[in-house]
Amino acid sequence: MGYNTEKYEAVIGLEVHAQLLTKSKAYSSDINEYGELPNTNVSPITLAHPGTLPRFNEQLLNHAILLGLACKSKIREVNEFARKNYFYADMPKGYQITQDTTPICTGGGIDIKDADGNPKTIGLTRIHMEEDSGKSIHDQDPFNTLIDLNRAGIPLLEIVSEPEIRSGEEAYNYVTEVRKIVRYLDICDGNMEEGSLRCDANISVRLRGAPEFGTKVEVKNMNSIRNVQRAIEFEINRQIAAIEAGEEIFHETRSFDALAGTTFSMRSKEMANDYRYFPEPDLLPVVVHQKHIEFVRAGMPKLPAELFAEFTTKLGLSEYDARILTDSKPIALYFEEMLKHTNNAKAAANWLMGEVKGYLNERGLHISDFPVSSATMGALIKLVDDGLVSNTVASQKVYPLLLENPKLTPLEIAQKNNWIQESDSDALGEFVNQALAKFPEKVQEYKNGKTGLIGLFMGEVMKLSKGKADPKVASQLIKEKLES
Amino acid sequence: MTAPRSLKQVQENISSGEYTLPELIDFYLNQIEKQKNLNVFLEVWSKEAREKATIIQQKLKDGTAGRLAGMVIGLKDNIVYKGHKVSASSKILEGFESLFSATVVERLLAEDALFIGRLNCDEFAMGSSNENSAFGPVKNPLDPSRVPGGSSGGSAASVAGDMCLASLGSDTGGSIRQPASFCGVVGLKPTYGRISRHGLIAYASSMDQIGPFTHTVADAALLLEVMAGKDEYDNTASSTPVDTYTSFLPQANKRIAVIKECLDAEGIDPEVKATFDKYIDQLKSSGHEIKFVSFPYLDELVPCYNVLSNAEASSNLSRFDGMRYGYRSANSEDVPTTYSKSRSEGFGKEVKRRIMLGTFVLSTGYYEAYYSKAQKVRRLIQNKTNEILADCDFILTPTSPHTAFKFGENSHDPVAMYLEDIYTVQANLAGIPGVSLPLFAHSNGLPFGLQLMSAKFKEKELLSFSNELMEGR
Repeated sequence: MGYNTEKYEAVIGLEVHAQLLTKSKAYSSDINEYGELPNTNVSPITLAHPGTLPRFNEQLLNHAILLGLACKSKIREVNEFARKNYFYADMPKGYQITQDTTPICTGGGIDIKDADGNPKTIGLTRIHMEEDSGKSIHDQDPFNTLIDLNRAGIPLLEIVSEPEIRSGEEAYNYVTEVRKIVRYLDICDGNMEEGSLRCDANISVRLRGAPEFGTKVEVKNMNSIRNVQRAIEFEINRQIAAIEAGEEIFHETRSFDALAGTTFSMRSKEMANDYRYFPEPDLLPVVVHQKHIEFVRAGMPKLPAELFAEFTTKLGLSEYDARILTDSKPIALYFEEMLKHTNNAKAAANWLMGEVKGYLNERGLHISDFPVSSATMGALIKLVDDGLVSNTVASQKVYPLLLENPKLTPLEIAQKNNWIQESDSDALGEFVNQALAKFPEKVQEYKNGKTGLIGLFMGEVMKLSKGKADPKVASQLIKEKLES
Repeated sequence: MTAPRSLKQVQENISSGEYTLPELIDFYLNQIEKQKNLNVFLEVWSKEAREKATIIQQKLKDGTAGRLAGMVIGLKDNIVYKGHKVSASSKILEGFESLFSATVVERLLAEDALFIGRLNCDEFAMGSSNENSAFGPVKNPLDPSRVPGGSSGGSAASVAGDMCLASLGSDTGGSIRQPASFCGVVGLKPTYGRISRHGLIAYASSMDQIGPFTHTVADAALLLEVMAGKDEYDNTASSTPVDTYTSFLPQANKRIAVIKECLDAEGIDPEVKATFDKYIDQLKSSGHEIKFVSFPYLDELVPCYNVLSNAEASSNLSRFDGMRYGYRSANSEDVPTTYSKSRSEGFGKEVKRRIMLGTFVLSTGYYEAYYSKAQKVRRLIQNKTNEILADCDFILTPTSPHTAFKFGENSHDPVAMYLEDIYTVQANLAGIPGVSLPLFAHSNGLPFGLQLMSAKFKEKELLSFSNELMEGR
């Protein structure tokens, strides 16, 4: 980092908007779906036709409660809605229905690692419910701005952090963690490129130890987590350079230019809108009873931190393995499913992080596209553990065929190809007898101390069994016969 | 044909063969045509009304007709009806046709009511004289040199002029009751939340209510019974069960509150006051108990109402921006001028005044002093009103301090015009029901009404007693 961290300290607060995966919009029954033809998911309510009123979507409330529980926030009982008034071409009502003085969640926090890898909790100021605006499209028509209102009214949760983030790296870790949580809760797909997770940063710098915050600048339009970090790092450097040069920092909104890696001024805050918030008279306050919170809690999926703890303590995995497995919910779920078919957690982790991830990475696929089911992969591990095939046969012979025939079981594949190890000592005993009988002189030499000859007998047994003899059992039997 | 006074009479007349429903429609269409100069209807749906009348006539014959067969209704131009134009009497909704019907429209149609046309009103229901319509004022059918009251002036005039049997209006600060008083008909504003607002073009969402204009209390009760009840499209519509308002309760002696300050108010017509005083004595002598109570917030009522209703209106009317529907200025050059020019040219003077006032009272630095304070005052008004109604069955006032005034008499002075609402806004601020009953005649030849208010959701009690007062007239 280019700036003087001895002298200056950055103070960063993040506002993350998460677009929720609900069936319908926040205040209408219009479909909430990305990628439809423009202006198809719009009814008179979305279009703000005269006489329409908002209808509250209970799913939005439940998603907010889930996130609040996950972040250990306090859930408010009486939730009022407010109107935030401003004119914008893609906001049909001329106001946004949001929460002002009574956000559904207050307090709580997100656990991250700081720049030195030490645990740190970033406190949350609030999480509140609101609706998205439509989309203005400036680059499709040379003379006009086009408006798509499919997005207008899609439910959002705004997650506001305390100004407790101190570096671009911490911001990176924070947004990564928030994204992981919303994905685990299945309330948001967390896709920053498509804009279903968006982040604005409030950044200021001050002399280390100074009691007051510096003048903050808001930075918008960072469409990846990496860009959040880059924008913050650029902005910290810019502000320090300005202060060092004796310039004043303006209270303004800046936009991140990802190509140049810089920020530029959009508008000064003095010119900003007066949003004239007031209580939304069209919606009664939503009352959240404790019973309802418990109902939502009961349906709450496991969170990454919880799984991490389980994997390291109960399953005895390394922290490294546990972190990789919990990085993404589908991988963690796949892993847990595998464990329903094998008790060998270490082997399951190795298969998943080795062969399976390798396959996915090579092809740029997602775990949901992996052809072999978690049950089948678990069964494959069990096949090895039961001594029916060797590890080598499993990974080099059975697994490649499984990828081509995912409907077959590993056992079926091994049987069909005669790869099941012969470990029945009666049958093996016969092979051993035949092998020893074939080389009577060598038997004598072995008995005289040339124990290295066991390899010869093993080779013969393998030949006789057509390679299916369990090597462990076979060598044990040969030794027994020779030394008796 | 003489104009019918009630649905009961219409249904009896049709059943006895005195006339058919199509003939009744023709009668009303003729009445509308004859009184065209009053500017009551903005649009008459004559073809559709005749067609529907034929269908409903057949249903009556077959015995399959709904409860409202024969009810010919005019719609205030701020209630939407699918496939029909609606404008809130504003230029800004030029050419707009609704894609859906208001819940009240759906419910009335389901009982075979018939809509005959859309009624002129003050622009966006803002006004007390119907002088604020973009399509010109409505004239009072009882005296065309006078206003019909507002904002539902066309609704009151249509019933008073026998252009339909009943009409719908909306009441945010008195917009049903005051014109009912000026035109000599029954006007009911139900409890806030009793009737769904879905499909009512919003003025002040926390006070707006739809209500009927009729000749009789029984018809008002019937229309209320059909329209009332919860609605998935209006979060503020109450799930309180709907009473059978049409079966009136047997009446015992009542305890009735009269607010002293109302009768001492400046500007009350001496004859209105004297008539009202005399009526109170009459009620007393017929066994009712009259309790004179003090209501210390009379002077605060109208300012409180203005701050809150203008604040809500400033936000509610933001959607009329020239972007998606309605009027767009031909002088628009870009997004900001589309807003400013379309809105400057599309809205009338009074609407713009209220939007500006409402924007002001919500602005940073003024919110606490105006909006927030008005919210507190509203709470005081609600508490005091509820306190009175916990002790008494009803509150009784004149509906308006005077009879219908002449055109232009108040329009130069918006503050004088705002005081028109002095007796009516209490019900809107407190969310209670109020009804104006055409009980009195002034020596100037004009009618004026008695206002009766009750506690929330006591419409059955309110209408039962109203009916008794009307019967004893």
